[in-house]
Amino acid sequence: MPPRKKTTSTKKSASKKTAKKKAAPKTASKKRGAPVSKERDKVTKRAIELLADDVARDGLKGKEPNVEIPLRTVTNMKWNKRKRILEMGDSTQTRSLFNVGQARKFMQTLLLAKGSRELIKAEKTLSLRGMYYMSLHTIEGTKEKTFNDQGESDTVLEDLEVSLGGLREELHVFAKKRGTMVGNITVEDNGDEIDCRRMGTGGYAIPSICEPSVIRFKKCDAKFVLHVEKDTVWSRFNEDRFWETHNCILTEGSGQPPRGVRRLLHRLNKELGLPIYCLLDCDPWGHYIYSVIKQGSINLAFESERMAIPDAKFMGIRAMDYDRCDLSSDVRIALNERDITRARQIAEYPWFKDKRPWQKEIKTLLANGFKMEVESLITKDISYVTEEYVPARLKAKDFLD
Amino acid sequence: MPVAAKKKSRKKATAESMAASQREISVSEFFAKNRHLLGFDNARKAMLTTVKEAVDNALDACEEAGILPALKIHLLQLDETRFKITVQDNGPGIVRKQIENIFGKLLYGSKFHRMKMSRGQQGIGISAAGMYGLMTTGKPVKIISKTGPRKPSHEVVLKIDTSKNKAEVVSDTEHPEDDKLFPEGRGTIVAIELEGKYQKGRQSVDEYLEQTAIANPHAQITYITPSNETIEFPRAMDELPEEAKEIKPHPKGIELGTLIQMLERTEARQLGGFLQKDFCRVGQQKAKQLAEGAGMTSRTWVKNVGHAEAEKLYKSIQDTRITSPPTDCLVPIGSKALLAGLLKEVKAEFFAAATRPPAVYRGNPFQMEVAIAFGGELKTEESARILRFANRVPLLYQQSACSSFKAVVETGWKNYSLQQPRGGLPVGPIVIMIHMASVWVPFTSESKEAVADYDEIRKEMRLALQECGRKLGIYLRRRQRMKKESERRSIFERYIGEIASACNAITGVDAKKLYAALQNQAAKKTAEADQRLDDEGKIVDDGGRLAKDSDVIIVEDLQTGGSEESKNDDLFGGVTLKGRRKKTKKKATRAKKKTRR
Repeated sequence: MPPRKKTTSTKKSASKKTAKKKAAPKTASKKRGAPVSKERDKVTKRAIELLADDVARDGLKGKEPNVEIPLRTVTNMKWNKRKRILEMGDSTQTRSLFNVGQARKFMQTLLLAKGSRELIKAEKTLSLRGMYYMSLHTIEGTKEKTFNDQGESDTVLEDLEVSLGGLREELHVFAKKRGTMVGNITVEDNGDEIDCRRMGTGGYAIPSICEPSVIRFKKCDAKFVLHVEKDTVWSRFNEDRFWETHNCILTEGSGQPPRGVRRLLHRLNKELGLPIYCLLDCDPWGHYIYSVIKQGSINLAFESERMAIPDAKFMGIRAMDYDRCDLSSDVRIALNERDITRARQIAEYPWFKDKRPWQKEIKTLLANGFKMEVESLITKDISYVTEEYVPARLKAKDFLD
Repeated sequence: MPVAAKKKSRKKATAESMAASQREISVSEFFAKNRHLLGFDNARKAMLTTVKEAVDNALDACEEAGILPALKIHLLQLDETRFKITVQDNGPGIVRKQIENIFGKLLYGSKFHRMKMSRGQQGIGISAAGMYGLMTTGKPVKIISKTGPRKPSHEVVLKIDTSKNKAEVVSDTEHPEDDKLFPEGRGTIVAIELEGKYQKGRQSVDEYLEQTAIANPHAQITYITPSNETIEFPRAMDELPEEAKEIKPHPKGIELGTLIQMLERTEARQLGGFLQKDFCRVGQQKAKQLAEGAGMTSRTWVKNVGHAEAEKLYKSIQDTRITSPPTDCLVPIGSKALLAGLLKEVKAEFFAAATRPPAVYRGNPFQMEVAIAFGGELKTEESARILRFANRVPLLYQQSACSSFKAVVETGWKNYSLQQPRGGLPVGPIVIMIHMASVWVPFTSESKEAVADYDEIRKEMRLALQECGRKLGIYLRRRQRMKKESERRSIFERYIGEIASACNAITGVDAKKLYAALQNQAAKKTAEADQRLDDEGKIVDDGGRLAKDSDVIIVEDLQTGGSEESKNDDLFGGVTLKGRRKKTKKKATRAKKKTRR
C-alpha cells in the first residue's frame, strides 16, 4: 500500500529528529508493556483518521472544513454534586479553516493529529516539548513557523485531546516530570520494580503517565497518603523518616500537581483505598490546589473522572494555626489585592459554598489579613511539623473536608 | 540739594516750542517706519510680499476685465542680497495718468470703498512694495503698461515721496518694442528692485505660487527662479470664474461711526431715501420701520439727523430683523475647480471637496470651501498640511493665529479614521485646503496673513471640514475593508498547503486535489465578501456611493500601491509570495471597476 509506505518513511525521519531532543528516557521496549494498551491505541488512531477524513471530505466537496472542540471554560463546566467532581458540559466550539482567527489553530490541530498518529504507529512517546519540535517547521514560501512556542502547541494538544475524546497519554505524549514519592509501597514502573522505601533522599520521581499499563501497585503496607505542597517540605518529612514512623506514603506535587501526580493519588485512593491528606499553604492558592486534587480542574474537567479524589482531606495549614501553634509574627505574609479577590472567588465556588467549615476558614484567612506557608512551622522547631503538627492533626482527625 | 540743582538747569519746553516740532505724519511715513505691519518684516518675507501684491493685483485686473490670466514672474538675483522682481500680466493695462497714483500712493485704489469680492482690499500693497524697494536699494519702481493693441505703451519710472505720500515721476517714455513685450496687445509689467533673500521651502515664493495655482486653476503662471529655472503652472480650466457682483453695505455690518460718516456723505436728502439707496436689503417698509424705531420718519431730513439721532438709528438697526445680505456677490472657487487645482499640484490618491452655502458675519456675506487630498505620495508621519486661502490668495504666515487652523484642530478627525493628538492637527498623509470667499475678509492685520476668529466663520469652516472628513472616512474604511479581505485570503492560503499535506499523511487523500479544492474555497470565501460590498446597496456599497459623488476623485494609480506593499512587508518580513502579486493586481482592477461605475 503506497500510503503506508509513505508514513513509515516519515516516521523514521521523525524518530531520528526527536531522538536527540528526548528528555525522558522513556524508550518503549517490546517486552515491557506499551504506554497505552493496543486496544486504546487502535481507538485513538481511528479517531484521528476520522477527524482528518472529515476535513478532507468536506474540502473536496467544497464545504467549509471544521473541527468540533468541546469548550474548556468555566462556563462549560458543571459541578456534579452526586459524584462530587467537576465535569465538562456539552458546549463545543467550531474551529473552522475559513475564519481569520481560527485558521492557524486549525492548521496546528491537524499537524498535531498527524504527529500523534505517527507516534502511535511507532509505539513511542514524546514529551510535550518533543511534540512541539516534531510538528515545528517553516510554512513553505513564508517566514512563518507552524508554532511560535511550546505554549501554542500545548494548548492545541489539549484541544485535540478533548475533541478526540482521548487523553494526552493516549496520544503518546507526556509532560515534564514533576512530583516525588516515598513510602511503604512497591510499584512496578514499566516492568521495573521500584521499592519506594529505599529511595534515598531524592525519592521516586512520579512519571507523567501513571496509567495501569505503566505503573502497577505491588506490595503496599501504608495506611494513608500525605501529600505536601512543595519539595522543601517533602524533604523535611523524608529526612525525618515520617513515612516509616507513621506507615504512610509521602508525595509532593511542586505546587499545583501535574496530571501524573493527580492520577497516581487517584489510583492510590481508588485502588488501594488509602485516604489522602493534604498539607498545603494557608492561602487561596493552597486552597485551590486542594480543590483541584479533590474535584478536578476547570481546564481538565473532562479528566476529573480519572483524577479527582472527592474524599481527599485538607489538613493544614489552617488560618487558626497562627494562634493555635503560637507562631511568631514574622511568618505572616500580608494578603495583597489579588489574594483577596481570589479568596473571595474560591469561597463562591459551589463545592465550597455549602461547606460551613470552609466558609469559616476563608473568612478567618481574610480577617487575619495574612497568609502562611507550611515552612512557617519551622520557626517553632526544625521538626515541629513532622513530630508535632501532623501527628496531632492525625490523632485528632482534625481535617477540613 | 543736587536734585534741585539739576531741575534748575533743565530746559522746559513751552507750548510754542513744542508746536514747532508738531506736524502731520503721512501714511507713507507711518508705514515706512512700521513696515512689518504690511509684511516686510524681513528680507525673505519682503520678497514674498512683493510678489504676492503684484500677482494679486494682476489676477484681480485680469478677472475684472474678463481676460484669462497668464502671468510671468521673474526673480533675478543681482547680488547676494539684491533681487529684481518682475511681474507681467496680460490684463487690461493701466491708463497713463493713474500709474502714479496706483503705484506711488499708499491707500489709493478701487477696492477699498466698494463691497465686492476681490483679492486686494485696501490699496496699500503694491505701492508699499515699491516703497520698500526704494528704501532698501534706492532704486525706483518701473512700470510698463499698454491698454490696447493700437495704444502706445508707457514706461514710467516712479519714486515715492514718503513725506507727501505722492509719487515723483523720474522718467516717462514710450516703450519702442511693445509688440514683443505684449504679444496680446495689452498688459502691465512691474519691476521692483529690493533687498531680499531667496529660500525655498515653506513660506517661500515657490510655495506661494504653487498654492496660487491650486486656487486659481484658470490662471497660467510661468515662474523663473533666481537659479534661472523655469517652472510652469499650466492652466487647468479654460473658464473664468463668474464675476463677483458689487453690493452695498448691509445695515448690520456697519458701526456707528461709519453710519454717521455715511449720513454726512449721502446724496439722499430724506432718511428713507438714504436707507434705501445706500444699503442693501432695505425697502420702503423696512426703511420706515427703522426710522420709526429711532423716533423719526422716512421723511426726516438727513441734515437734521444729529449725533443723538444717529445713535438711536444705529440701535434701531440692531434691534430690527433684516434679511441677510444677498450672496450673489460671492464667487466660490467651486468644488470642481478646487479638485482640479489640487489634483494638478498634489500627488494623492483621494480628493474630496465641499462648498458651504453662503453665510453672514457682521453683515458681511462669506462662503467657505474645503478640499482635502489624502494618501498617495504624501508623507504619512507628518501633521496635516493646511493650505489657507482668502479670496483665492494663499495665506502663508501666522497659521496658528488663523481661524481656519482652529477649525481644523477642533474637528474630530479620529471619527474619520485619522490620528489626531489632543489639541493638535490630524497626523497622516493629508493636505487640507480651506478657502474663504467674502466681500470683506476680516484679516488680523494689514499684511493679510490670518483670518480673524469670528464664531460664524469658524462654524462654517468646521461644517465644511466635517463634510470632507466624512467622505474621507467612508473611503478609508472601505480601503481598510478591502485590505482586510486580501489579508484574510492570504492567511487562508498560507495554511491550506499544511492542511492538505497533513490530511494526506493521515488518510492518504490526494494532497494536490485537496489543496486545489481548498484554494478554490478560499478564493470564493473572500470574493463573496467583496461582492457584498458591491451589491448590498448604498449602506455597504461605499465604493459606488463615492464613485457617484462628483466632489470626490480617487486616483487609481496611486491608490493601494504604497499601503498594500508596506502591509506585505509587515506580514512576511519583506518576502513576496508567489502568486501574491497576481492577486494584488486582481484586487486593484476590481477596485477600479467599482469606482468607474
